[in-house]
Amino acid sequence: MSKRILAVDDSKTMRDMVSFTLKGAGFEVLEAHDGQHALTVLGDEKVNLVITDVNMPNMDGLSLVRAVRSHPVHRSTPVLVLTTEGDAAKKSEGREAGATGWIVKPFAPEKLLQVVQKVCV
Amino acid sequence: MDDFEQFKSTFFAECSELLADLENDLELLQGEFYDKETLNSIFRAVHSIKAGAGAFQFKALVKFSHAFEALLDLLRNDEIPVVEAVVTVLFHASDVLAQMIELARDGQEPESGYGAETLAELDAIRFTARPADAAASANAASPDAALSNGEDAPDGMTTFLIKFLPRAEMFQHANEPLLLVREMAQLGQLSATPSLDRLPDLDTIDPEQAYLSWDFVLKAACSIQDVEEVFEFVVDDAELTIEIEKSEAPAAIEVTEESALPAGVESKNADTRSGRPAQVSSIRVDLDRIDRLVNMVGELVITQSMLSQQTNDMPEERFVPVVRGLEELALHTRELQESVMAIRMQPVKSVFARMPRLVRELATQLSKKVRLEISGENTEVDKTVVEEISDPITHMIRNSLDHGLETPEERIAAGKPEEGVITLSAEHRSGRILIVIRDDGKGINREVVLRKARERGIVAPEQNLSNEEIDNLIFAAGFSTADAVTDVSGRGVGMDVVKRNVQSLGGRINIQSTPGAGTSFTMMLPLTLAVMDGMIVAVGGEKYVLPITAIVECLRPQREALSRLPNGLELVQVRGEYIPLVYLCRAFRLNGGIQNPSEGLVVLVDSDRFGRIGIVVDELLGQQQVVIKSLEANYDPVPGLSGATILGNGRVAAILDVEGLCEDSGTDLGSAASIQGASRAHEVATSQNETREASQ
Amino acid sequence: MTELQVKEATVGYPTSQGAASGVGGAEYRQFVSFTVGQEEYAVDIMQVREIKGWTEVTVLPNQPPYMRGVLNLRGLIVPIIDLRCRFGQTRTEATASHVVVIVALGDRIVGVLVDMVSDILTVNTQDIRAVPDMESRDIQDFLVGIVSANERMVAILAIERLTNTRALTDAAAASVAA
Repeated sequence: MSKRILAVDDSKTMRDMVSFTLKGAGFEVLEAHDGQHALTVLGDEKVNLVITDVNMPNMDGLSLVRAVRSHPVHRSTPVLVLTTEGDAAKKSEGREAGATGWIVKPFAPEKLLQVVQKVCV
Repeated sequence: MDDFEQFKSTFFAECSELLADLENDLELLQGEFYDKETLNSIFRAVHSIKAGAGAFQFKALVKFSHAFEALLDLLRNDEIPVVEAVVTVLFHASDVLAQMIELARDGQEPESGYGAETLAELDAIRFTARPADAAASANAASPDAALSNGEDAPDGMTTFLIKFLPRAEMFQHANEPLLLVREMAQLGQLSATPSLDRLPDLDTIDPEQAYLSWDFVLKAACSIQDVEEVFEFVVDDAELTIEIEKSEAPAAIEVTEESALPAGVESKNADTRSGRPAQVSSIRVDLDRIDRLVNMVGELVITQSMLSQQTNDMPEERFVPVVRGLEELALHTRELQESVMAIRMQPVKSVFARMPRLVRELATQLSKKVRLEISGENTEVDKTVVEEISDPITHMIRNSLDHGLETPEERIAAGKPEEGVITLSAEHRSGRILIVIRDDGKGINREVVLRKARERGIVAPEQNLSNEEIDNLIFAAGFSTADAVTDVSGRGVGMDVVKRNVQSLGGRINIQSTPGAGTSFTMMLPLTLAVMDGMIVAVGGEKYVLPITAIVECLRPQREALSRLPNGLELVQVRGEYIPLVYLCRAFRLNGGIQNPSEGLVVLVDSDRFGRIGIVVDELLGQQQVVIKSLEANYDPVPGLSGATILGNGRVAAILDVEGLCEDSGTDLGSAASIQGASRAHEVATSQNETREASQ
Repeated sequence: MTELQVKEATVGYPTSQGAASGVGGAEYRQFVSFTVGQEEYAVDIMQVREIKGWTEVTVLPNQPPYMRGVLNLRGLIVPIIDLRCRFGQTRTEATASHVVVIVALGDRIVGVLVDMVSDILTVNTQDIRAVPDMESRDIQDFLVGIVSANERMVAILAIERLTNTRALTDAAAASVAA
């Protein structure tokens, strides 16, 4: 069974690009447009990885990470946070919240896949 | 990154939406009707643009949006107060951003230095609040410098000695040591020695704790940064040392203690979540798909009406189920069509949202004080119409501000409040949209208007006009009331062009003015440009569709009402008015067609350039809703036709373009100008009456 | 014709528009051929959308003589060119047995009125010869090549030249002058 990844971003462009790259590498991709939506999509489904943007309406990425970490089913699901270049503060905030790692936007497809390999069991 | 090329259109579509939101939010900021979420939303808009721009390597756009975003970040974190001066800069920045996006869409790079001034403004505000950022920004010029502290070993193999002692946090963050080992193994030759020293007895083991540690020896042709990168995510959650063997100065990183990071992020986020409007669940659909759906439904409507026509001749009592079924079908088809058209309906908000800005800028420019009141911005029209109403509204608002409203001094002298009011409203009215722009200014100066009209020969010297007729003269071709063409309204477009554009959309526009109390423009438009009510006319065996909105009346003239000018122009007299005739069969060089209007029919229509015109046709075949199709998709534009449709019998029928028809009729309509001079003012007054009737 | 089609199809030459290469460097293309009077013409099969019987069309104002008007092809409005008339002869006395070949040119679609469809030809592109000088430049301008098939001469049409805008306006001007 292929690994399943949830991509969360309020920007459709970003979602499309993440999704396109991952699907091309054989992953199954779910999409959500904000944190709350992500939790709805997650439900009790088995997901191997969550990739989330930070700045989103309704529930931002960091709140989503916290929600995942305190979720009975998903607490050990890896979560990657999408940050922008040189935003060191965001990285540490992400870690504080419980993120597994981060990807710096903009990213090349290979870089995304490389990082995904690093955290996706 | 060419793989991402295909997402560019998504990106630009998204940008348009983000820019509209941005504009909207900036308005709120300006009006001080904002909360924390407004600032967050502004930040997110710019942030998303930047991220997308980065993906497609629009460098200028990235650079600019980065500075923009950085300032917004400080604003939303209350590090910089939201004051007017800052908001003004944000407006400028949003302009520059929009411009850069437009250039990027066209595949162009902005000229070097474009937006530099605004960029400097953004940075100036930011650096004043945060001098440290200025230094950081200066350093950012050479980002590579930061990376060059480790030695590169491009060819030779380096042996790395790695001690790795994960802590429980690492598992809590869902990192997996096995994957790190696997990744290192990809770099080169790896050997691992696990240490079980810390492993407790099985019965005391806590599955969430970390007990294992490893010593790795990695022989690889890579730099220490590459190895460090493997542990990028876990460096804070583990004790880690990386050393290079046989090196005197081992470059090592050692992290033992988790650094205490400032908390308090959570409470901040909790604040931002409150008071957020309920979200409408929606999906984004490519417009092409919807257009295809609209087309298919159009086809269905045609097929259905074709079937209905066929059954008209059937003896109903023998085919009751068929006839009933077809009636059902007709009903469902109509409902389906309405639902499908509703998909493309959009609130006029996107257009209205641009107006406060326009008003503010113009008011400053003209030194007038004005408040813009907007209502009905959620009124929906077809997407095709939304795109078309922006220009007329902009122009009318400009006109109201420039010509309608007085200066504060004049207003005070007239006993009015110093601040003028312009209202912009939209509402649905009998299957159309009614847009009204009203000001409480001085009203139209009829004396000046009439004098100008006489000077320009639009009105004959001895002719008497009613107040209403005079007001409507401002829509006459080549008319401009400004004594000196001002910078504001003198942008080469007159109200005549506005009127023509509105008419070409199948709409009407009118003006009402009360001296001293103000002026209002009323614009009535169809809700969609995809279907239209048409009158089917027959000429010489061919069928054409005339837009119902263009038709004033239809009549069969008496022989005595017809006359001919020396230049051959034929006229029909209707209630004392002489109206030039255009023969459709002649204009289109058709064989056949009735040559004597008193045997056929004259359809009176209003043309903008030539006033009222009588179109001679053989007969009227009835009114029906038609789906508008483009002729030009597969053919060249045809003068006199605006498009085509498909009738119930499956045949194509061309839709007449009254304006084009008059221009291209081969008839010297210009020579009717002297006669038309009188009827022009009459015409506008009449059309106004009609609209008023329609709007009641 | 059906039989022939099957036979050719089993040969299995790729027929993408870019004229894919076959075995031994030879390139094969398939054409639909049709007749106008005694003459036989052909267009690339990849350009042909469909073939349908003649139905009455809607005449457009001031159309050039070789334009028959437009018809409704499942909601698309498609102009129809009378090939006989385009080649300087009289208008076709179109009946239900006449045929309209619907051709796609990029994103534009036109119909060509001909007498009948005759064949589907598989042609080695090396066998396509240049158009010889003809008495009538009218015709020559609309052709891209000549090929012989089953001992018949077949002229390959340059559909795009039948409809290019300048030709339309020129023809329109000529008809006005006449």
